[in-house]
Amino acid sequence: MTKVAHPDPAWRARITAALVFIVLLYPLLVAGEFKPWLLFDAQSLRAAGMFLRDFLTPSIEPEFLAMVLRETWQTVAIASAGLTLALLGAIPATFVISERLSISRLGTGRMRPMAALVRQLLRWVLVLLRSVPELVWALLFVRIVGLGPTAGVLAIALSYTGMLAKVYAEILESGDAHATDVLLANGAGRLPALLYGALPESSAELVSYTVYRWECAIRGSAVMGFVGAGGLGQRLDESTKMMAGGEVATMLLVFVLLVAAADLVSKFLRRRLG
Amino acid sequence: MSASHPYLPAPPRRSAGTWLLMLGIVALVVASFATLPLQWSAFFTTEALASAREFLEGFAPPETSPAFLQKTLGALGETLAMSALGTLLAALLALPLALAGAGRMGRVARAAVRLLLNVLRSIPELVWAAVLLVLAGLGPMAGTLALAAHTAGVLGRLFADALENVEPLAEQSLRTNGARPLAAFLYATLPQALPQMLSYTLYRWENNIRAAAVLGVVGAGGLGQMLKYHLSLFQMPSAATVVIAMLVLVALVDAASYALRRALMR
Repeated sequence: MTKVAHPDPAWRARITAALVFIVLLYPLLVAGEFKPWLLFDAQSLRAAGMFLRDFLTPSIEPEFLAMVLRETWQTVAIASAGLTLALLGAIPATFVISERLSISRLGTGRMRPMAALVRQLLRWVLVLLRSVPELVWALLFVRIVGLGPTAGVLAIALSYTGMLAKVYAEILESGDAHATDVLLANGAGRLPALLYGALPESSAELVSYTVYRWECAIRGSAVMGFVGAGGLGQRLDESTKMMAGGEVATMLLVFVLLVAAADLVSKFLRRRLG
Repeated sequence: MSASHPYLPAPPRRSAGTWLLMLGIVALVVASFATLPLQWSAFFTTEALASAREFLEGFAPPETSPAFLQKTLGALGETLAMSALGTLLAALLALPLALAGAGRMGRVARAAVRLLLNVLRSIPELVWAAVLLVLAGLGPMAGTLALAAHTAGVLGRLFADALENVEPLAEQSLRTNGARPLAAFLYATLPQALPQMLSYTLYRWENNIRAAAVLGVVGAGGLGQMLKYHLSLFQMPSAATVVIAMLVLVALVDAASYALRRALMR
């Protein structure tokens, strides 16, 4: 190999980029209070050591395991109940906001101002429902109805109403408009037009999206427990606060298994129904 | 009823499996409602509605004193810093993991690292934050590390797949011509995978901003911690301001990502 002055022809640009990067990084490190050496002072090392030692021996007392199983079921139940309530809200909302079902639009191509206004208002309500994170809904409902699964169910119901209605309407509107239009133009009501015109084409997609959301709801309901909305998360939070590493280890393991199982079931259902 | 519709073909037969599945789903829903200790009175009684309305009225008008707005802005900056640092740490951590995950250190290492990445990924940020609070104490650092842990799992997997999908010929020809393994990787394989890896990282950053906004409810800094604090003191107007700040942040991120995507697509 012959020696050249600069083996890397792009060295100037690389060094400048690195310097700019460091200058930009510094304020972030300050704002994020990023002090990794705090992890290694004697006190926190001792606490971490105890926690981790506990952590390596997952707790498997029968009573505790039974409790974890009960809470795991509660997590699944919160997700399923919340999603059911969300469907009760989302299906009528889809029925209202779907532009395919507008009768005044037929022929003229323009909706009546009143109808357009109602659709837009409802859309804004749905935007609000889904923009507030489900965790924040849970936090608010814990304040209103107290600790427990009710807050979790309501939080999932509200945020998923917003999400499902939007996506349902989009799925219905992405299909072929012909069948619905012909039905409406020949005097069918909106509900029959939806059921016989738009639904047959899109039903598989709707079902598979709903199942996917159910899977997300299980993950969400486990997490919502951390603000006191019941289920596995709430127990996990309590055990973490008591520094019971063994219990935390067991519950994390159960949580990972639950998520994997929900993933499998959802894949199976989507293949079977979709 | 083929008699009343002589011209219509018979409806398709549904298999028994489908009926069983439907029954199973109905049973799941019924069992869910039956076993949950739900306070139905909290849903539908007039008292519940009245107390909910009273609660909601407490939010209006949001707190707008300059000092508080400044504080909210600070928490917003903290949220952004947490998300950026977390994503950066995750990318730095994901790269070496991805090298092993792409099978460059043998098949055993590949399987082990992929399992590790799966575990990192399947524990949500919030659960990581709750556990890491024990090690890092209250504050944004726990949040940053939590984001880094979860995102390292996601990015490690995506990076590994990106590296595996790169054409191996360029690296092989460098190696046969005598380049050292590291140099061959840096100059042949990495540049090909880098654009994709960067776009994954940006996408995860976008997700992490949203996650960082709520991460604080377990005490891990940012807007979430502020929200939890003011809600637990029942200072509703302040909480309303924080929620609005969250919504604005998320809307801005969505708009920026949409604009950037359109600009890049064109």
